[in-house]
Amino acid sequence: MTGTTATSAQTTYREAIRESIRDAMIRDERVFLMGEDVGHYGGCFAVSMGLLDEFGPERIRDTPLSESGFVGAGIGAAMGGMRPIVEIMTVNFSLLALDQIVNNAATLRHMSGGQFGVPIVIRMATGGGKQVAAQHSHSLEGWYAHIPGIKVLAPATLEDARGMLWTALEDPDPVLIFEHVLLYNMQGDLSPDAGPVDISRAAIRRPGKDISLITYGGMLAKTLAAADDLSAQGIDAEVIDLRSLRPLDMPTILDSVTRTRRAVIVDEGWRSGSLSAEISARIMEAAFYELDAPVSRVCSAEVPLPYPAHLEKAALPQTADIVEAARALFGENV
Amino acid sequence: MTDHDTKPHLTRPHLLDLLRRMILIRQFEEKCAELYSAQKIHGFLHLYIGEEAGAVGCMEALDPDDAVVATYREHGQALARGISPGAVMAEMYGKQEGCSGGRGGSMHIFDADTRFYGGNAIVGGGLPLAVGLALADKMQGRARVTACFFGDGAVAEGEFHEALNLAALWKLPVLFICENNLYAMGTALTLTESETDIHLKAASYGMEASRIDGMDVVAVEAAAREAADAIRSGDGPHFLECRTYRFRAHSMFDAQLYRDKAEVEQWRAKGPVVRFTNWLRASGNLHDSDLQVIEDEVATEIEAAVAFAEAGTWEPVEQLARDVYAGMPTP
Amino acid sequence: MPQLGADMAAATLTEWLRKPGDAVKHGDIVAVVETEKGAIEIEIFEDGVIDKLLVDPGTKVPVGTVLATIDGDHTEAAGVSTAPPPTTPTEAAPKPAPRPAEAPEKPPRPEARPRSPADRIKISPAAARLAAEHNIDIRALAGTGPDGAIGLTDIENAIQGTASAGGPEDKSTDTPGAAMRRAIAAAMSRSKREIPHYYLSTPIDMTRAMDWLEEANRNRPVTDRLIYSVLLIKAVARALEEFPELNGFWNEDEFRPARDIHIGWAISLRGGGLVSPALHNANRMEPDPLMAALRDLVKRARAFRLRGSELSDPTITVTNLGDQGVETVFGVIYPPQVALVGFGRIVERPWVVDGAVQPCRIIQTSLAADHRVSDGHRGGLFLSKIDRLLQEPETL
Repeated sequence: MTGTTATSAQTTYREAIRESIRDAMIRDERVFLMGEDVGHYGGCFAVSMGLLDEFGPERIRDTPLSESGFVGAGIGAAMGGMRPIVEIMTVNFSLLALDQIVNNAATLRHMSGGQFGVPIVIRMATGGGKQVAAQHSHSLEGWYAHIPGIKVLAPATLEDARGMLWTALEDPDPVLIFEHVLLYNMQGDLSPDAGPVDISRAAIRRPGKDISLITYGGMLAKTLAAADDLSAQGIDAEVIDLRSLRPLDMPTILDSVTRTRRAVIVDEGWRSGSLSAEISARIMEAAFYELDAPVSRVCSAEVPLPYPAHLEKAALPQTADIVEAARALFGENV
Repeated sequence: MTDHDTKPHLTRPHLLDLLRRMILIRQFEEKCAELYSAQKIHGFLHLYIGEEAGAVGCMEALDPDDAVVATYREHGQALARGISPGAVMAEMYGKQEGCSGGRGGSMHIFDADTRFYGGNAIVGGGLPLAVGLALADKMQGRARVTACFFGDGAVAEGEFHEALNLAALWKLPVLFICENNLYAMGTALTLTESETDIHLKAASYGMEASRIDGMDVVAVEAAAREAADAIRSGDGPHFLECRTYRFRAHSMFDAQLYRDKAEVEQWRAKGPVVRFTNWLRASGNLHDSDLQVIEDEVATEIEAAVAFAEAGTWEPVEQLARDVYAGMPTP
Repeated sequence: MPQLGADMAAATLTEWLRKPGDAVKHGDIVAVVETEKGAIEIEIFEDGVIDKLLVDPGTKVPVGTVLATIDGDHTEAAGVSTAPPPTTPTEAAPKPAPRPAEAPEKPPRPEARPRSPADRIKISPAAARLAAEHNIDIRALAGTGPDGAIGLTDIENAIQGTASAGGPEDKSTDTPGAAMRRAIAAAMSRSKREIPHYYLSTPIDMTRAMDWLEEANRNRPVTDRLIYSVLLIKAVARALEEFPELNGFWNEDEFRPARDIHIGWAISLRGGGLVSPALHNANRMEPDPLMAALRDLVKRARAFRLRGSELSDPTITVTNLGDQGVETVFGVIYPPQVALVGFGRIVERPWVVDGAVQPCRIIQTSLAADHRVSDGHRGGLFLSKIDRLLQEPETL
């Protein structure tokens, strides 16, 4: 199936990203896509299907399996005036490029005293749930959110899949975009006019007054489902989609928690030293006296992700876990 | 000298210029050693003493518009590229007037005016950057060369192989310059590489690769000019292995347990400055008085650089979080 | 001794390669030092003649130590320049500390109150703040939040008096004030359960005190007038200075006398209920400011606007039931206090003074005290002291 040239009303997350890349390539000839299997194969997750035919091999550039090499090349090309979109197949392989990202992309502006910036966008798939076992199921976007000098995004909706890329390309600093593997097939309606969106604010996907459920990316759907379940039990949950993991939109988070006085953070990473720990600490620091219950977290179990379905399911956060964590914050009052 | 001759013009002014540049680097590095011992310079200090011919010779082949990527042992390249000694010294001191605003120090010399992209402290980390800069030039139709300096240690890193492969595969205008001083910090090349002829590894990736005497500044210049010229004409990347030697330790805090003093003395005897001055004398191009003038002028320049650094100012602590990000765009 | 590496702090000089009198020039190796990484040769950066060697071989010295002196163009020591190392700015960068969105009003804490088990109540920060704002005694509340913690719901219910009493099954609708009643019930039960009370009572002649008061009030506007309770409070507070065993707290088998004297003044609330907030350092207050404090305290108590510290700081309680017509009060001590002074109604009675019968204004003064801490003898002396003080009202 070749990529369609017009966004129809019904579309998928995958198609929305494809369209965002097309749109960027058309707007600015400095933009090009580089990564493993993005050209002839059509993209590991079929995101770039058809783009090679449309834009040619110079701008849709297949690379050898050299994560460090081509991420570094992307950084150099960005410094040299291009606007590269580097696709690392998954966050699991990004570890091979960690040096280039952390020691070069994140630091060059600072080390050079502001002389050089790195306007690169790096996209990666992330997350687990497809029984591909421990080395292929990481959620390490929280690690990247630890590093000053880069920005980290997690689009969870079609609008964000369609709209974050261009804004990220316009950013003079390195931006990492994490696409959860289970979202590529997500279907929904998207306006043909959908365009660039902001990349710094969290979004309240479901307003509520009793508890704040804070999450991002692949966990949004389960969190919304949990909110529905809770609603039937008399608990009105507010669901916040972080959208930007670094920087975090603390005003939105704190405003919500000040209203609801309870928070559960849902993070597919492991809890130890995770992004959810960071958010919890910040809520404690800034809104301690507003809290009517401790801040709670729902994260993956502390195991490398196992292969068999029942174990993988037990390891990853599920809707029921979120509901239970939320209920626990009400004590006997539910 | 900006015309693209493959052979250097061996005129007296040019030769004396080469000598002067090498002596500038030599004296600068020796001054750094002194200042480091006196705790004016902190952190790590990696000196280029003995390797001066590499930077000076290669820079002759580059245009002002070309790019340079180097390592943490980059003072020589920085000075040869034309960054002012004062700016480099102030950077070593950590003063705001340094070329990187004082933020980088000895290992992170950056200069946008001369397209000097560091100063990279991760061994091998600069090679993919050079590939990227060259990629940008090629994609934007610019006939520029990106010169990438690195040592024999980088050859072991995966990024060396990834970068060379990419450069050759995509025919990118990179001049890879391996300054093989036979030791990666404290480990001899013979203990780490199955194939110690580094240029052969490069050749196996399908690029022009040659080995030159890195102690002979004229030979280096000739080889660099030829390679740069070929790259500019679209030949793809070239690789120069410069056989050289550092007379000092890897860094200041190094007892050099891994090599013989006798070996060091052997190389000192055929060091780039010694050999070049002897040759110049023998060919009647240099008299002792000329040498004295050059050395005195350079000494004055170094003194001025130190004075500049001493007089420099500390960046206010309130500006700590500056230059982490440029700013947030709005869609 | 030169700095050779970022983590080098000291080294041992192992060998001098030059001696005094030797000419040296820039770049000469003059000594060998031993470091963790091995032996390193030290060069000199000056030209000159070695004057004195200051460190013997075999000595370990810190970086920066002068090793030798040189006579020459510059009199600098080997390896160290005369310019002092620059003072690198070492102040920590001002960290923008995240500020709490809203900090609670910090109440004054005259002294650290000894902790009793009742203090370690689990309560959420938001609930604690609300409870303080509304003068809710959390000690008697059952928490329905996670882990049995007291939450906003519990405080809100306490305020409105519609709390569910300690279990989801109990759906009784309480009358206003019921929560407070329960709190008082809990405290009083505990008091009677744990504190061995003894009681003493004595009549005190208030004639002179009331005469003084009437005189003092004669030329004052109504708003400035003193009430006699002020004299009672002051007298009790001053008397306590000599009877520390009645002023303090009993906590886990131990009495800790309080450093200051804060009189808890019992105030009845509209709709039932009682609260006894503190008049701080009453022994040191003059009658006028004490009157003002008293007036303010009563007003705020009735408006539920007391501060937390006012509820927890009293070191003794004093209650005056004279207005209710009672003659003698037999009080129940508020734990963890160890005494309670009660005053009844001032009654005019025939009294014998200097052998003659005359009408006197008599107030029955009682002491309820914790027998673990004090005994009747001391209690009696305390009441006598109060009596004596009230006979000299001008000194109060």
